[in-house]
Amino acid sequence: MIYRDSKTILEVRGLRASVDGVEILKGLDLTVKSGEVHAIMGPNGSGKSTFSKVLAGHSAYEVTGGSVLFEGRNLFELVPEERARAGVFLAFQYPIEIPGVANSQFLRLTYNTVQAQRGRDELDPLEFDDFVREKMKLLEMNPDFLERSVNEGFSGGEKKRNEILQMALLEPRLAILDETDSGLDIDALRIVSNGVNHLANKDNAMVLVTHYQRLLNYIVPDYVHVMEAGRIIKTGGKELALELETRGYDWVSAERKAAMEVAA
Amino acid sequence: MNTVRVPATIAEGYLESLLAGQPRLPASPLAWLNKLRADAVDRVGVLTVPTLRDEEWRFTDISPLTKLSFHPASEPARLHPADIERFYIEEANTRLVFVDGVYAPQLSSVAADGVVVANLGAAATDRAIAAHLGQHATFHDNVFAALNTAFLHDAALIMVPHNMTAGAPVHLLFIATQREAASYPRCLLLAESGSAVTLIEDYVALQEAAYFTNAVTEIALADNARVDHIRVQREGAQAFHIANCAVSLARASRYHSVSVALGARISRYDLNVLQTAEGTQCTVDGLALIANNQLADTHTCIDHAQPHGVSRQQHKCIVGGSAHAVFNGKIMVRPGAQRTDSSQASHNLLLSGSAHVDTKPQLEIFADDVKCTHGATVGQLDSEEVFYLRSRGLSESAARNMLTYAFGAEIIERIPVASLRHRLAQTVLQQTTIQP
Ligand SMILES: Nc1ncnc2c1ncn2[C@@H]1O[C@H](COP(=O)(O)OP(=O)(O)O)[C@@H](O)[C@H]1O
Ligand SMILES: [Mg+2]
Repeated sequence: MIYRDSKTILEVRGLRASVDGVEILKGLDLTVKSGEVHAIMGPNGSGKSTFSKVLAGHSAYEVTGGSVLFEGRNLFELVPEERARAGVFLAFQYPIEIPGVANSQFLRLTYNTVQAQRGRDELDPLEFDDFVREKMKLLEMNPDFLERSVNEGFSGGEKKRNEILQMALLEPRLAILDETDSGLDIDALRIVSNGVNHLANKDNAMVLVTHYQRLLNYIVPDYVHVMEAGRIIKTGGKELALELETRGYDWVSAERKAAMEVAA
Repeated sequence: MNTVRVPATIAEGYLESLLAGQPRLPASPLAWLNKLRADAVDRVGVLTVPTLRDEEWRFTDISPLTKLSFHPASEPARLHPADIERFYIEEANTRLVFVDGVYAPQLSSVAADGVVVANLGAAATDRAIAAHLGQHATFHDNVFAALNTAFLHDAALIMVPHNMTAGAPVHLLFIATQREAASYPRCLLLAESGSAVTLIEDYVALQEAAYFTNAVTEIALADNARVDHIRVQREGAQAFHIANCAVSLARASRYHSVSVALGARISRYDLNVLQTAEGTQCTVDGLALIANNQLADTHTCIDHAQPHGVSRQQHKCIVGGSAHAVFNGKIMVRPGAQRTDSSQASHNLLLSGSAHVDTKPQLEIFADDVKCTHGATVGQLDSEEVFYLRSRGLSESAARNMLTYAFGAEIIERIPVASLRHRLAQTVLQQTTIQP
C-alpha cells in the first residue's frame, strides 16, 4: 500500500551488472518505499533473476555501474549475510537443496543469527519449535518438513512454501520474491499469497518478480514494472498487469521505441 | 624360564630396534600363547617395513615412522579416574582401560551382565581363545600384525554367550600417555551364535608428542550373531597409528562397523571382513576428518567367499589444510559366491586447494550372478549452497561449517550410541571450524 511520508527502502539508479563478462543489467532504475508492493514482469531472460541475485549479493554477478541504496546505505558495501541481517530477503526462484542439514536446525540457526544481530533474544530448540510451528500453520505446512533435510526432495510448491516460511521467520524490510508463484497449483498459490499478505505491513516492502498476472489477483501490487533487456522500460499501476496479460510484452517495447524516436 | 628372544636373523634396523627395545615378556603358562608369540617374532625377522613401492602402501609414506625411535612404554603412568573421565561413554556399563597398551584394572569396570569381558591374563585359559586369537588377523604377510602379536601380553577379550543380547555397549579405551612409546593394543571379540553386542574401540591421548600405536583387533561372529563395532581414532596430533582388524562372519551373521579417524599425524587402518558362510550381511562405514599435514589411510577388504552375502559400504573423507586421505576399498567375490549383493560409495570433500585424496575401488569378481555397484566422488563445498545459507544471514564460515558437518553427519548418525554420536558431532563441528 502507498503511504504518505513513507521511507525509501530501496533506491536503484542506473544499475549495470554482468555475468561471465556479458552485461545483463543495463541501467536499471527502481525506487521502493516502505509499505509498497511492486511487481516486476518481463519476458524470460530479461534479467529479473539477475537483478534479484545482485540485490542478495551473489558473487557470480559483477556490478559494473550504478548504485543501490538500501535504507540509505550503499548495499554493495555489505556481504550477503550482512544484507540478510540488515533486512534484505530473497525468495529464490530455484531454492537450493542441502542434504544432511535438518530444516529445523537450519531455520533455528538462521533465525537466531539474525535475531542476535538485531539485538533480540534467541530461542532455544524447544521455544523455537513452538514458534516455527505457529508460522508453519500460516502456510499450511506439515511439521514433518522440520525433520527433513533443507528442501531435499521437496516438491516445487513445498520449496516455495519453505522460502516464505524463512521470510516469516526473518521478518525482512525488503522481500524479493523471484517467481515464487511459478509451479504452484491454485491452492498453493492461495496459501503462499495469504502468507505474503499477512507479512506485508507499512514498514516493509515487497518486490514480486513474476511472469503471470495470476499472482497479482491474490497480492495486489501498487506498481507494476515491465523489464526488458536489463532495464525497466515501463511502470504502471495494477491494471498494467492485466494489459500485459492480454496483449503480451511486444507492444511495450514498440511503444518505447516510438517514444524514443519522437524524442530523437 | 622362557622369554621372547630376538632371533639373531633379524636384519639391522628399525624392526630390530623395536623388538630389541621391548622388555622381555614373561612367558605365559599357556604353551599355545608362547608359540604364537614366538612364531610372530620369527615373522618380524623375515618381513620388512612397507615402502611406497608396495602396492598396498603406494600412497602412504610411513618413512617418518621409521626415522623415529620408539621405546617400550615404561611403567605406565598412574592415572586417576578424574584424568580420563571425559572419555567415558555413559551408555557403556563395561569399560576396559589400557594405558600405553597396559591393562589398567583400577580404571576399568566390568558389569556382571553375562558378557565375559576381561584382560587376556585372566581369561586366557578358555579354549575358545586359543582357537581364535591370532587366527583371523594373520601375521604371515603383515609386519605390523606380526609385531603386535610378538608382544601379545595384555589384550581385551569379549565373549558374548549363545543367544545373549548384551544390554549395553562395551567400551575399550586405549590411552596414550608417553612420548616416543610404542604400544600394541589387542582385542578379541567372540560373539557366539545368536548373540548381539556393541563394541566401542576408542583410541585417545593425554599428550601431543609422537608415539606409536600398533593395534590388532579380531572379531568372530558365529551363526546369527550381530555385532556393532564402533571405532574412534582420536590419537594425538603427532601420533602414528597403524591398526589391523579382521572380522569373520559365520552363517547369517550381521556385522556393522563405523570407523571414525580424526587424530594422528599418520594413520592406517586395514579392515578385512571375511564372509565364511552363506547369508551374511555387513555394513562398513567410515569417516576420516583430517587437516594440517595429517595422513589418514583406510584400506578395507570385504571378501565374499560364500553365496548370498550382502555388503554395504560408505566411506567419506573431509580433508582440509594440506592433509592427505587415502581410501582403498576392495570387494572380492570368490567363485561360487553367487547372489552376492554389494555396494560401495566413496565420497570426498576437499576443503582447501592443497588437500588431497586418493580413492580407489577395487572390485575382483569371480562369480557371474552378482550385483556389485560402486562409485566415487571428490568435490568441494557447493558455492550455491554456501550462498543460500549466507543469504539467510549465516556468516561464510558458519555456512561452510554447516555444510561440512552435514557431509560428515551421514556417517556419524549411523553410530548406535547416542552420547558418542553427539560428542563426535560436536567434534566434527569444532574441527571444521578451525579449518582454513
Ligand atoms: N550464472 C549465469 N551464467 C551465465 N548466464 C547467465 C547467468 N545467470 C543469468 N544468465 C543470463 O542472463 C540473462 C538473464 O537471465 P535471468 O536474470 O535469469 O532472466 P529472467 O529471470 O528474467 O528470466 C539470460 O540470458 C541468462 O542466460
Ligand atoms: Mg528468473
